[in-house]
Amino acid sequence: MVDHSLPPRPPLGTTSVLVRLACIGGVVAVVVGAFAYVNGTLDPQRLRPKTLVNALEANNGVHPGFRRNHAKGVCVAGYFESSAEARAYSSAQVFSADKTPVIGRFALPSGNPYAPDSSVPIRSFAVQFGQANGQQWRTGMNSMPVFPVGTPEAFYQLLKAGAPDPATGKPNPANMPAFFAAHPETAPFLAWVKTAKPSASYATETYNGINAFYLVSADGKRQAVRWGVVPLSQDAPGDTAPGGADFLEKDLVQRLAAGPLRWQLNMTLANPGDPLDDASKTWAGEHRVLNAGTLVLQSSQPQADGDCRDINFDPLILPSGIEASNDPLLAARSAAYASSYLRRAGEVSPLHSAPQESQP
Amino acid sequence: MNAQPRFFAPLARLLHWLMALMIIAMLFIGAGLAASVSERHEWLIHLHKPLGIAILALVIVRLVVRFCTRQPPLPADLPAWQVLAAKASHVLLYALMLVLPLLGWAMISAAGDPVMLSSSVQLPALVGANAPLFALLRKAHGYLAYLLFLTVLVHLAAALIHGLIRRDGVLQSMTGTKG
Repeated sequence: MVDHSLPPRPPLGTTSVLVRLACIGGVVAVVVGAFAYVNGTLDPQRLRPKTLVNALEANNGVHPGFRRNHAKGVCVAGYFESSAEARAYSSAQVFSADKTPVIGRFALPSGNPYAPDSSVPIRSFAVQFGQANGQQWRTGMNSMPVFPVGTPEAFYQLLKAGAPDPATGKPNPANMPAFFAAHPETAPFLAWVKTAKPSASYATETYNGINAFYLVSADGKRQAVRWGVVPLSQDAPGDTAPGGADFLEKDLVQRLAAGPLRWQLNMTLANPGDPLDDASKTWAGEHRVLNAGTLVLQSSQPQADGDCRDINFDPLILPSGIEASNDPLLAARSAAYASSYLRRAGEVSPLHSAPQESQP
Repeated sequence: MNAQPRFFAPLARLLHWLMALMIIAMLFIGAGLAASVSERHEWLIHLHKPLGIAILALVIVRLVVRFCTRQPPLPADLPAWQVLAAKASHVLLYALMLVLPLLGWAMISAAGDPVMLSSSVQLPALVGANAPLFALLRKAHGYLAYLLFLTVLVHLAAALIHGLIRRDGVLQSMTGTKG
């Protein structure tokens, strides 16, 4: 027999047992309640990653296998050749190595993989720099200079304004103007969009990282920057878009067959007072711009099987030497991309059976 | 006389309470980051990864300690189904403590993402990049974390029933108190 060497306890009365059971139930209930609050069950108003991705799916339809945003695109590959200029500002290996391989993706900024190329004046370019030390730098850039809004909440409202009305199946035309009127921070974006035209080529566009980041030097100094890539020796922009709905990928394949395409990676150094946490605001006035190096693209692949297909271009995958700013859109992008990535990662095969041509 | 111990070994008790705190923190951190698009998402994920690896390292130490020390026996008058439930839930707790960090590590690897514990500390990939495998591992990580949370709740409730209602010394064997 086991000897517990505990003194015998007087038995508990029924009331006492019930009170103690209630206490235990109370402890468990408090833990469950706290957990349900943290995971959002008791906080239904909270903007969650899936709320944003659900809104994208509501606006664009569900297209299995495709990214829930920037769904139509093409994979590219090449390398980055660093210049000496960014080395003093960032200890990231991408700026000290001569060459770093890159995998990229050009895309349209819509969740509809069949959107005609001329439907929007915006093009995007996502890049993954694969450093020799195993660290990576991923960035998603867009051809506009600012984001329409500065917060994930406002972005969600923007998506809601574009949501189809259940009665008509189309967005209510009054919603978008009402959204812009209620969000004066959209003015710089709207001013840009007025002058922007759908370009005939991915190759002639400038792509901007839009969100602010910090370059961190080997001795720990932090310099806030916004980055972007500017096309080198490609045809001047201004070519008007040709007819048809799928000209961008064809144009890219043709150009790459004729030779590599080049962009200069620019780091715009923040001046004191520049907003670092608001991607809807421009950095006005004179700025020092570093030429960090040249991005060279050599080949392309269709996205259904290309190397970029399974990359989540999470803007917070950064190498040592580059750090995020406190721009709230960065965390929101990272969280929402993860949610979109999880959905599509399990749906790879439908990409191959998808119709190839655009549907307006 | 070779009497059965009344208490778990001091090192086992230390590991139990340290890991209890870490695991409960980890469950809340995980649930919070999966449900947030704010800056919280980012700093929670930066806590989640190194804490997960710390739990993985500690559970290995703990399993060694478990097999190298003597455990106090369960009370002789405990019904057989409760003995079985106690043993099964402990096996499940150990298994989940071991598997969840490995799933987290493997899922980041399967996504093709560098496994970074800080801005410069990197772990090797546990599996090659494979998107469908990522989807599977990521879902398993989530569902098994909920299973761990449920098991922890049952463990907590059972411990309190032993301490407050049965008063049979089982709770004291881990708290180390004589009462």
